Amino acid sequence: MAKKAEATAYVPSGVSPSRRLRRRFAIRLWSVRNSRMLEWFYERFSNVFLLLHPVWKGIGYKRVEAPVKFVEAQVKGLLFDCRMCGQCALSSTGMSCPMNCPKQLRNGPCGGVRANGHCEVEPDMPCVWVQAWQGSRNMKKGDAILNVQKPVDQSIRETSAWLRVTANAAAAKEGEGATSK
Amino acid sequence: MNAADVNPNDIGSPLDPLPGHSSRGRLERILRRGEFAVTTELNPPDSADPQDVYDRAAIFEGWVDGINAVDASGANCHMSSVGICALLTRMGYAPIMQISARDRNRIAIQGDVLGASAMGVQNILCLTGDGVQAGDQPGAKPVFDVDCMSMLEIIRTMRDESKFLSGRKITSPPNVFLGAAINPFAPPFDFRPHRLAKKIAAGAQFVQSQYIFDIPMFKEYMKRVVDMGLHEKCYILGGVGPMASARTAKWIRANVPGIHIPDDIIKRLEGAENQKDEGKKICIDMINEVKEIEGVSGVHVMAYRQEEYVAEIVHESGVLKGRKPWKREMSQADIIAAARNDTIQSGEVQKPQEMAGEAAGNS
Repeated sequence: MAKKAEATAYVPSGVSPSRRLRRRFAIRLWSVRNSRMLEWFYERFSNVFLLLHPVWKGIGYKRVEAPVKFVEAQVKGLLFDCRMCGQCALSSTGMSCPMNCPKQLRNGPCGGVRANGHCEVEPDMPCVWVQAWQGSRNMKKGDAILNVQKPVDQSIRETSAWLRVTANAAAAKEGEGATSK
Repeated sequence: MNAADVNPNDIGSPLDPLPGHSSRGRLERILRRGEFAVTTELNPPDSADPQDVYDRAAIFEGWVDGINAVDASGANCHMSSVGICALLTRMGYAPIMQISARDRNRIAIQGDVLGASAMGVQNILCLTGDGVQAGDQPGAKPVFDVDCMSMLEIIRTMRDESKFLSGRKITSPPNVFLGAAINPFAPPFDFRPHRLAKKIAAGAQFVQSQYIFDIPMFKEYMKRVVDMGLHEKCYILGGVGPMASARTAKWIRANVPGIHIPDDIIKRLEGAENQKDEGKKICIDMINEVKEIEGVSGVHVMAYRQEEYVAEIVHESGVLKGRKPWKREMSQADIIAAARNDTIQSGEVQKPQEMAGEAAGNS
């Protein structure tokens, strides 16, 4: 076997920083089991958020960013162990956050998944993408998992995906309105 | 051209090893001989055509001792420095391969160093690199696994101790001349000479500086460097380059971090009738000032998008003092091969049977 760099006197637990950040994943697994319910809820929620677009615009997207981001991070952090990539893909990944994958894969599982469905890097963690596939099978629009995802734009990490989706949807709507006139 | 600086068997091959030299390249020999070295930068092509690299290198031929192959400078995507160096070494040029810590982690860096050395690269310059926000793809993940200092140390260990960072053995070490960059024109000014000392301790054998436009400031820096004795442990190449116009200079000053251009340079450019010519003259003036400063072993001419002026600048400044850097020359074998090639292409085909028949008939 290849020689590895010498370990220091203190050997910490876990292998990847993403794993060390959050040791437990019971709630994350619950979210995947209830992916259909969360999908239903998010559809309503995003519509409400879009209806509030004039409010966000009135106050200014930049100004609401901080409080919205805080709430988003808390809620999604609790439910999905969200890593705030700022470009949420949960709807396309069976409500299993792909940024929890130590390789941060966004298009499906790697070839190293263990026979018991656990992660190659973190042997005691269930593979994010095994979960994602199960979750997506419960969802109405679960086939979105088949779409090829764009590379992660690292420059918008730690920003609110809710606001971004809303602003883009509103802009698209206005664009439609302008062309139909 | 010094005949000892070319491998007589093959221009692309390394030179004979010399005692005390860490590389088998031309640049290290020239610097160690105490000759004033000139290096320049190749503008990397946005193409996969090797001819683009050869064309861009050909204009420097006979005027420079080393060509920097930049590694996505300014975080903009171009042909990789490994690729450019591999092409240049085939043709006998002496490339200086830049490695930026922005795009590669320690695994990639060590692999690239071995690969480059195997391709004949003799000089490697370690850089931390600009942030990804500066380039054409700000959404990229900035790697910055190690910094330039650690990179120097890693490569030095690979070379001198034949070991990877992990301690695993290397059977044939990469014999490279190690370089780094310095910027004497950015705060904290007190710390800058000490940072150079750190780079030397980490493994730097030569350094290229950021653009010099402020001579008094550079003199001040060099004075401290000489006082610390650093110029004896490391060859210092002053960075110079022509500014195309006052507008470009102003834009660079405002938008490129780390480049310091004093007002009087801008004024001189603005006051000139032909700003491009004036930019070149300023560059030549800078070279003439820099070469007189104690501790300076050469200049690094960065003429971005004005590469065709490098020869002129080097010639007019007279820094080479009549010395002729390496130039590609056709060997006797090449001349014969080319003549033979011409005959073949002109259609005069020699058929052995007919020739044998003629020979038999004649006898």
